Amino acid sequence: MHILSMLILALGAAATLLLAIQASDAVMSFHAGLMALFFVVGIVLVQKRRNNLTNTDGYEDGIIRAGAIASTFWGVVGFLVGLVIALQLAFPVLNFDLPWTNFGRLRPLHTSAVIFAFGGNILLMTSFHVVQRTCQARLAGGWAPWFVFWGYQLFIVMAATGYVLGVTQSKEYAEPEWYVDLWLTLVWVVYLLVFLGTLWKRREPHIYVANWFYLAFIVTVAMLHIINNLAIPISWTGTRSYVIWGGVQDALTQWWYGHNAVGFFLTAGFLAIMYYYVPKRAERPVYSYRLSIVHFWSLIFLYIWAGPHHLHYTALPEWSQTLGMTFSIMLWMPSWGGMINGLMTLSGAWDKLRTDPVLRMMVVSVAFYGMSTFEGPLMSIKEVNALSHYTDWTIGHVHSGALGWVAFVSFGALYHIVPIMWGRQRLYSLKLVNMHFWVATLGIVLYITAMWVSGILQGLMWRAYDQLGFLEYSFVETVEAMHPFYVIRALGGLLFVLGSFVMAYNLWRTMRGDLRIEAAPIGSTNPVGAAS
Amino acid sequence: MIKHAVFEKNSILLTVGILIVVAIGGIVELAPLFYLESTIEEVEGMRPYTPLELAGRDIYVREGCYNCHSQMVRPLRDEAERYGHYSLAAESMYDHPFQWGSKRTGPDLARVGGRYSDEWHVAHMVNPRAVVPESIMPGYPFLATTALDTSDIVDHLKANQIVGVPYSDEMIASAAADLAAQVDPDSDDLDAMMARYPKAQARDFDGNPAMISELDALVAYMQMLGTLVDFGTYKAEGENLR
Amino acid sequence: MTYSEAYEFAQTYGLVYLVLLFVGMLIYALWPGNRRRFDDASKIPLRED
Repeated sequence: MHILSMLILALGAAATLLLAIQASDAVMSFHAGLMALFFVVGIVLVQKRRNNLTNTDGYEDGIIRAGAIASTFWGVVGFLVGLVIALQLAFPVLNFDLPWTNFGRLRPLHTSAVIFAFGGNILLMTSFHVVQRTCQARLAGGWAPWFVFWGYQLFIVMAATGYVLGVTQSKEYAEPEWYVDLWLTLVWVVYLLVFLGTLWKRREPHIYVANWFYLAFIVTVAMLHIINNLAIPISWTGTRSYVIWGGVQDALTQWWYGHNAVGFFLTAGFLAIMYYYVPKRAERPVYSYRLSIVHFWSLIFLYIWAGPHHLHYTALPEWSQTLGMTFSIMLWMPSWGGMINGLMTLSGAWDKLRTDPVLRMMVVSVAFYGMSTFEGPLMSIKEVNALSHYTDWTIGHVHSGALGWVAFVSFGALYHIVPIMWGRQRLYSLKLVNMHFWVATLGIVLYITAMWVSGILQGLMWRAYDQLGFLEYSFVETVEAMHPFYVIRALGGLLFVLGSFVMAYNLWRTMRGDLRIEAAPIGSTNPVGAAS
Repeated sequence: MIKHAVFEKNSILLTVGILIVVAIGGIVELAPLFYLESTIEEVEGMRPYTPLELAGRDIYVREGCYNCHSQMVRPLRDEAERYGHYSLAAESMYDHPFQWGSKRTGPDLARVGGRYSDEWHVAHMVNPRAVVPESIMPGYPFLATTALDTSDIVDHLKANQIVGVPYSDEMIASAAADLAAQVDPDSDDLDAMMARYPKAQARDFDGNPAMISELDALVAYMQMLGTLVDFGTYKAEGENLR
Repeated sequence: MTYSEAYEFAQTYGLVYLVLLFVGMLIYALWPGNRRRFDDASKIPLRED
């Protein structure tokens, strides 16, 4: 087995080294070189730790610690880039008129950093944690989980440096070029095998429902990623390719992918987090396990149809738009079923919200999930969409989900995991968690209200007519009107970034084993923030 | 019937169950688009991009213009007045990938061709606020000073041919000559290029005859956007032909 | 298969199939005999760290 591992890694190193030398452009040479380096370091590490990797006792927790550090790091980076591009929209001079710093290249850097780098690492970390604990089994596959973890980091680095250097296929949320897509496919297949392998080893007869959500996330994202990114490279040694889908077909394939990236990456995966960590933190089982099963099947069944609501009034056939709208509205029901299930888990333990800011963060995230899954179906109604589409309303909607739901539930999971994984009695400071919570919440509120106003205002200005029946505003007048809201949005973003700094500091001190002496919150009977 | 737990005990069954459920929606929604005539039928006037326009479109893709500009005019009254006739499916049929976009931080560009002069575009790309003081668009002065990489233009056309864009072998063979001819109105190859690509516009787009710049290609691409279909003679038939 | 045949198939058999799938899932979730196992499963996260 060890010989085979070495052979595979050596083969990978040789192939990518050859590609680096033969590459027809500089970026390909750079990225193939990174892959070669990855394999060489892999050979060294697998050789050095060969005894450790065959260990089958206990849990593999090293990878969870690595995941906690990686997701905190990428979170801070992704939020910062978001702040930069928000400022660019308010003050365009910040584009510096250079190729590598303009908005068009940095915006995909922001979206990929927060969704795939931050969100993806959170999902890797929590899925490896949850599947081991709920199966009472060690992660399967020896060094395979580590290949998934480091392979995923390499994917992020190649995607991010590619955007800045102008390598992109300009498909929204699927910007990486063909060779980066292939690399991610390889990593993802190994991820699926590690996850399934661990399920097979389980000592618990039942597969806990959180794992269903993780499995749906892994399987569906694989399907979406492969189909949406099928492309013909102009040369096997170059970065550029043309996707096989064209025009309308590409539009629908893209938004089938794009919407389900929201549905299965940012929803199903993070619902898995909710179904494990909320009960864990509240120290009581989920409100209704039956509801969770209904939630699961109806969510994955309805979500997959909703993509066309991104293409209302476009050249997509009308029946397809109507289908997308219908399923989007139906989606409201399972979403709220899930929200109720998460919130009601606290019934009889509401007092914990006062004493445990980590649990409060998770619960508020579920409330934001409810809010944005109500707003989403509303915006999928064609008449509403006619106004909201192409405006900042969409951006505000995305961020109420991304900051309020995805990021908050992730912060909750991080605050919960770090003391346990580093063997600490509790977090360094619950006061700082509280501060993070309030600063970030204020940031989100500023962000989404600014975007509601600017989005609806711009939509109305575009369709405003004067008394003589002429369009009242030129396009650039509507741009000018956005300026104050772009400044407020950037301020909200700044608060969110500051909150993430507070979290990073708190987690770092916790990892070091420091404890801040703090008075117990009023009404608390437990020692301050005791990790359960 | 369900005596033993099926899904919660068998991970493979669970995986297959998930795949079946999520595959249905995709198949039912995506597959018909490959049958449906309106989504694949050619409208008179549509042709593949000239090599120079394709290179310009590549710059558009590389710089991520879709982040702020849509290329899809909706059939709403104000959009018809602001941008022109609503976009037809056929108008983006040779776009791999499509660039309809999802956000209008700047205006729609589906019909920007011919709206402004080349000089306006050049000045605007170099410094947007010199032309439109309230604009928040980044400046792209480097495009004017960067020579267009034309060395692999044949490979670009070939890859497009593989994914279904009707480039003939003749078009591929003469790609480099066609590209050069489009920025040089005195070229001997101009007539042959114009015959292969009707309605193509040939001139020195960036006002600098010394070099074929990335800006030449980008302006050539923008100046042809939305100009191929003649809406004076176009007749929409059937509700889906849009 | 032509487009209209595919469309018709999806609207009839497809609809029936999806409704059956949904009903089957509901029965499975609400089946009285499953209750004890579901209650048991819901306690898995609380068992150990």
